[in-house]
Amino acid sequence: MTAGNPHLFEFLLRQGDNALVLGHRTSEWCGTAPALEEDIALANTALDLIGQTQLWLAYAADVEGAGRSNDDLAFLRDVYDFRNVLMLEVPNEDFGRTMARQFFFDAFQVPWLSALQNSSEQRVSDIAHKSLKEAQYHLERSAETVIALGDGTELSNQLMQTAVNYLWPYTGELFGEDDTDVAMHSQGIAPLPASMRKAWNDTVFSTLNEACLTAPDDPFAHTGGRNGVRHTEHLGHMLAVMQTLQRSYPGATW
Amino acid sequence: MTTTKEWPLWEVFIRGQHGMSHRHVGSLHAPDAERAIKNARDVYTRRNEGTSIWVVEAAAISASSPSDKGPLYEPASDKVYRHPTFYDLPDEAGNM
Repeated sequence: MTAGNPHLFEFLLRQGDNALVLGHRTSEWCGTAPALEEDIALANTALDLIGQTQLWLAYAADVEGAGRSNDDLAFLRDVYDFRNVLMLEVPNEDFGRTMARQFFFDAFQVPWLSALQNSSEQRVSDIAHKSLKEAQYHLERSAETVIALGDGTELSNQLMQTAVNYLWPYTGELFGEDDTDVAMHSQGIAPLPASMRKAWNDTVFSTLNEACLTAPDDPFAHTGGRNGVRHTEHLGHMLAVMQTLQRSYPGATW
Repeated sequence: MTTTKEWPLWEVFIRGQHGMSHRHVGSLHAPDAERAIKNARDVYTRRNEGTSIWVVEAAAISASSPSDKGPLYEPASDKVYRHPTFYDLPDEAGNM
């Protein structure tokens, strides 16, 4: 397709890398979640996200037109080429942080994917349409869990509040704006992420309120993930695990 | 709110297609009914098995006792005329 649209390539990497990095983090729970039922649910969520990754990165590879596949993009790029928001790469830490992060992300993805269904690019619209149903289920589940744990025992409330406090400074990056965002907006491919702010706030504050949790009153936001300027130290460790097989045995297949 | 820390057990029933009845597929643990349905969705419908899910707390099910097997079931065993095997069912009738 359009090898002449580097902004579209960048945009698609952001969508794909968000799904890939969160999908991998979520998959780390496989076999170790607090209950069998949660274990399977988390594995399902991870698989949904990896499925979305395949679609976004395959599209990105086509747009790039350099002969790379979605697998190449996932397994053979290094930290500085990843375009996910930082929030998704920090370690799971505990079940509370995992679910709080999932919730913050889902609360963005649902309005975001809804809006992307109206994209001027048919393929963006198609991927968004398919992913939205998954995101809606994820949001239902993560919001419920945040409420159950926040409004649970003293200990679960305290762990959830700690998770919210930790993640909060990472949430602002979801609404970042740079040349790529402006280009996508002007080409009718995607809305500006900042236009999701109200929907996100509505979902997040009402849920936190119901969960007896409070959002820190500090607008500071870590940035650097979605533009690749500065990832956290954690992404490299995660990629080392995720990519080791392809790095050690290049071209290995099932 | 119960004092136990264990989630109660739920029995899960799933309807595979419209027109069929719900079938028992297994059980799982969940804190409440709504969550049990979500867990059932994640545990038992991963391969497109269902169009509808019922859950019921296992404790709410009354079951017949295995020791009553004789009086409960054996009187029916020699009454073949209760089976509709003397009719030819057209294929179009579908599941009866």
